Amino acid sequence: MTLLQWLFDGLLGVTLIWLAWQTLASADLFKAIVLFIAFGLLMALAWVRLNAPDIALAEAAIGAGLTGALLLVALARLNAVAAKTDNTESNRNAKQRFAPEDSVRTTAAVNQGFSNKQNLFRYSLVLMLSAVAAGLAYAVLSLPPEAPGLSRNVAENLYLSGVSNPVTAVLLNFRGYDTLLEMAVLLLALLGVWSLRRLPEQYDSSPGPVLDMLSRLLVPLLLLVAGYLLWVGARAPGGAFQAGSVLAAAGVLLLLAGWRLTARFLGWPLRFALIIGLAVFVSVALIMMLSGGQLLQLPPAFAGALILLIETAATLSIGVTLAALFYGSRPQPEQISARQTDSGGENE
Amino acid sequence: MSMTDFFTLLLLIAGAFFYIAGTVGLLRFPDIYSRLHALTKADNLGLGLVIVGLALQAESLTVVFKLILIWLLVLLASASVAHLVARSAQQKGIKPWTR
Repeated sequence: MTLLQWLFDGLLGVTLIWLAWQTLASADLFKAIVLFIAFGLLMALAWVRLNAPDIALAEAAIGAGLTGALLLVALARLNAVAAKTDNTESNRNAKQRFAPEDSVRTTAAVNQGFSNKQNLFRYSLVLMLSAVAAGLAYAVLSLPPEAPGLSRNVAENLYLSGVSNPVTAVLLNFRGYDTLLEMAVLLLALLGVWSLRRLPEQYDSSPGPVLDMLSRLLVPLLLLVAGYLLWVGARAPGGAFQAGSVLAAAGVLLLLAGWRLTARFLGWPLRFALIIGLAVFVSVALIMMLSGGQLLQLPPAFAGALILLIETAATLSIGVTLAALFYGSRPQPEQISARQTDSGGENE
Repeated sequence: MSMTDFFTLLLLIAGAFFYIAGTVGLLRFPDIYSRLHALTKADNLGLGLVIVGLALQAESLTVVFKLILIWLLVLLASASVAHLVARSAQQKGIKPWTR
C-alpha cells in the first residue's frame, strides 16, 4: 500500500512539474490557461495528499476555478482589443494577433540578431536560478525531520478561539491580521480594476437555453454550498474564502448567462456588499480594542459568534468582489438598462 | 474477499475501462465533435460505475446520497458544457468531420 502511495505521489509531483513547465512554455495563451487550470486541480489533489483539505478547497475554487475564469475573460478581452486595433490599422490577421507562430517568429528573429548577447544572458540566468535552487534545496534539507511548528500551541489554545477547526482558529482569531489584510488586498484589486477605462461588454452572443437552464439549476445549489461551507468552517474544512469563492462562482455563472444587476442595486447596495466584510472585521477589532482588549483580540466567551459574524460578512464581500473582478470594469447603469434581461437578477 | 468487495472491484475496473475508452477517444478521434462525444459519454458512464462501486462501500446512506449527487452534478455539468463547446465550435464555423 505504501508503495502504491509513493507511486501515486511521485506521479502527481512529476505531472505537476511537467504541467507547470508546459504552462510557461506554451506560446498559445489559451492553451496555457487551460493547462494552468489543470495544474490548479492537480495542485488541489496534492494538498489533499498533504492532509490540508482547507487549502485544497481554496486552491480548487480560487486557484483553478476563479483565476482560470479571470484569465479566460482577460484573454477574450485581449483578443477583442487586438482585433479592434488591427481592424483600424489593416483588416487582416485580426484573430491571429496572439497566435503562437507570431511570437515564435519574433523570438527567432531576435535570436538571430543578438545571439551572443542572448546566450550570455541565458547562461547567467541559468547560473543565478541554479544558485537560488541550491539555496532552496539547502534550506529544505537543513529542516529538522520532525518539526512540531506551531500546531501544538494552536491545539493547546484552541478552546479559547471559539471554534474547533484549528485552521479557522488561526485565520480568524490567532492570526486575524492576515485575513484582514487579504480582504483589504482583494478590495484594493477591485478598486484598481474599476479605476481603469471601461471596456465594451464581452458577452454579446446570446447565452442560449442550455446555459440559462444550467445557471437556474446550479445557482441555488451553489448558494446552499456556500452557506454550508461558511457554517461548517467552525469545526471542519471550510470558511469564508471557500464559501466566498463558491458564491463568486454563482455570480460568474449568472454573468455568463446574461444576468445583470438592475440600476437600483448598482449604487450603494453593491458598494455595501463589497465593503461589509472589511467593515465588520475592522469594527469588531476596534470595539474589542476600545472595550479594553487588544486590536483583533476576541474574548473567548463570544469568540465563536464573532467569528461567525465576521465570516458571514466576509463571505458576502469576497463573493461579490470576485464576481465583480470577473465582470471587469465598473458596472454602469445606462449600459445595464440597455441589456436588461430578466426581472433584475441579484448578482450573487 | 466478501461479495460486496468483489462487486466493488468489478465496478471500479469497469469504470476505469470506460475512462480509458473515453481518453483514447479524446486523443484519437478526428474532430472536436466526436471527441466531445467520446469524452462526455464514456466518462459519465465510467464515473457512474465508479460511484456505484464506491456506494457499495459507503458507511451510511448520507454518503451514498452525496456520491449520487456528485454523479448527477457531473452529468449536468458535462452535458451542458459539451453542448456549449460544440455550439461555440459550430458558431466559429468548424465543420464536422466526414470520411
